[in-house]
Amino acid sequence: MLIKKGVAASLGIAIGKAYILKEENILIEQKAVPPEKLKAEVKRFKDALERTRLDLDVLHAKILSVLGRQHAKLIDTHHLILQDPLITREVPKLILTRGLNAEFALSEILDKADEQFEKIDDEFFHERKHDIFDVGKKIISNLVNTEKVSLKDLKEPVIIVAHNLYPSDTLHIRESNKVLGFCMDLGSKSSHTAIFAQSMGIPAVVGLSDISRQLISGDTIVVDGEQGMVIISPTPEIIEKYKARREELQKQEHYFHRLKGLPAITRDGHRISLLANLDSSVDAPSLAAVKAEGVGLYRTESLYMNRSSVPSEEEQVKAYSAVVKAAPELPLVIRTADIGGDRATQLGIKGLKDERNPFMGFRGIRLFIKYPELLKTQLRAIYKANTGGNIKVMIPMLSSLDELLTVKKIAQDVRIELAEEGFVVKSVPEIGVMIEIPAAAIILDSLLSEIDFVSIGTNDLVQYTLAVDRINQYVSELYEPFHPAVLRLINLVVQTAHKKGKPVSVCGEMASDPYAIPLLVGMGVDVLSVPPKIYLRAKSAVRAMNFEKFSGLAQRVLGMTTAAEIRRLVEEEVK
Amino acid sequence: MIKRELKILNKLGIHARPAGMLANTASRFSCEIKLLKDGMEVNAKSIMGIMTLAAGRGSVIEVTAKGGDEAEAIKALEELFASKFDEE
Repeated sequence: MLIKKGVAASLGIAIGKAYILKEENILIEQKAVPPEKLKAEVKRFKDALERTRLDLDVLHAKILSVLGRQHAKLIDTHHLILQDPLITREVPKLILTRGLNAEFALSEILDKADEQFEKIDDEFFHERKHDIFDVGKKIISNLVNTEKVSLKDLKEPVIIVAHNLYPSDTLHIRESNKVLGFCMDLGSKSSHTAIFAQSMGIPAVVGLSDISRQLISGDTIVVDGEQGMVIISPTPEIIEKYKARREELQKQEHYFHRLKGLPAITRDGHRISLLANLDSSVDAPSLAAVKAEGVGLYRTESLYMNRSSVPSEEEQVKAYSAVVKAAPELPLVIRTADIGGDRATQLGIKGLKDERNPFMGFRGIRLFIKYPELLKTQLRAIYKANTGGNIKVMIPMLSSLDELLTVKKIAQDVRIELAEEGFVVKSVPEIGVMIEIPAAAIILDSLLSEIDFVSIGTNDLVQYTLAVDRINQYVSELYEPFHPAVLRLINLVVQTAHKKGKPVSVCGEMASDPYAIPLLVGMGVDVLSVPPKIYLRAKSAVRAMNFEKFSGLAQRVLGMTTAAEIRRLVEEEVK
Repeated sequence: MIKRELKILNKLGIHARPAGMLANTASRFSCEIKLLKDGMEVNAKSIMGIMTLAAGRGSVIEVTAKGGDEAEAIKALEELFASKFDEE
């Protein structure tokens, strides 16, 4: 038995068999190919090149329709790399002369190119190597493709073990019902995959550094999403212990279910509004399942996932209307798509991956202002779906008043356009901004007269305030929502907004943290928005706290200097 | 065999796109074409090779063509370099 400690990413206990999800580019083994099969090996390689060529054509069309000609040119370069004599001639030569398997021969050529690139000091030219390795990876995945099992086709329940999971993988997990839990080498509590696991209610532990290399498929493991541990080859006693704990957690769930329909009110009568986050219109039924008071954050990115074109207006109207129908009369905050950063691939926008620093790059409202058609289509759909007048619009990644005014101007243009087409927008949705860039928090006073509400996206706010990339394992430890700088910024936002009578919501990870909840409510946050799976748990945290006590505590905390000190105090008080 | 020294005039140097244009142009000819810069020699028909030259603006590349259509090939490459690869 071996215990590996990682980061608890999503609550719950999973006991089952490991299923190792291989990365496309790792572990290329050298296999001896018998002389009589060398020709067939060359043919296998050429077939893979042909499949890659077709893949590139598909990708080219995708990028052309989503991003335009300029970005699509990148694929022309990829085509040329694919036709490079080093690949089309040297690789077959290596296969034939040295009896190598195609994967290994190709990786040898790529390694040689890598060596050459490593000698280049000029960063601009050095970075060009990614184009080559991108193509190399595509060829290799086409070579090994025949053996690759899709997550969608899992036959029995398993625990997924991976180096890293990509948005497309998580999409497949959503479509499969065979995933008991997952663990991975990379990641932190607020990385994309962790958020996904929480919203699905799948136990997960991340940041385990090398677990994907320590296990083989079929090993029995326990994923302890409470303690952030994975137990490899557990003893029967340990399994029994965890089965008992799993049952206990289920009982707790039953208790939470009794809270359905009760108000989110503190012991001393301070009421807040507790809303739910929604990742896709498909999840809308979960709103009724927990009797949510509304949707505080509807992330529309899923509409843009795994497809070759931008979702049409009709399609978007359909999705938004489905959510409106699932929660009629209730507030519904739709966030315009925050595409880019770690989610850029969801759009199939491969070209954007080349940004040197995507988190500081082309994402959220920045991308939508540059491609106003994307924003217009989304706004048109929102206006058309807003039949009950309960929709609000929220803008992600805003950093300046200029951007806000630009968006409002575009929104106005859209309404005029619709009126000319004979569709009158009867009730103009309230508009709010996400506070996730510290700049927006600091200049909030100058934004307030243009907006109706603000919502703090804590995941990004923490990451940008502390300059910590939340998926970088070397610094993820520095990611600390209880850092005094973060808490003081949140307090600033609440104070500034309340002066103008505008409500503040928190829709990031912090809103789900049982220790952060009393602190946020104590600071005066009016709305918490959490994943449906956490909804009742969060409500029980609100109902267990005393507002007077925690507003006093919040004041003390704001004077403290270290996160450790703050955590200690809060943890003591929450008990 | 023909040898020429050609200078890179466009602002960004030979990044992916110009490298592609160069390889594309060279591939139209049957003669053997080599590029030499700072003691490193690569096949002009290989985009990967060209990219590893890391040829920035102002650098000079020695081009050697050997074979039946060498004159035409050199002429096409000279024109390509002079056109700054359709860039600034």
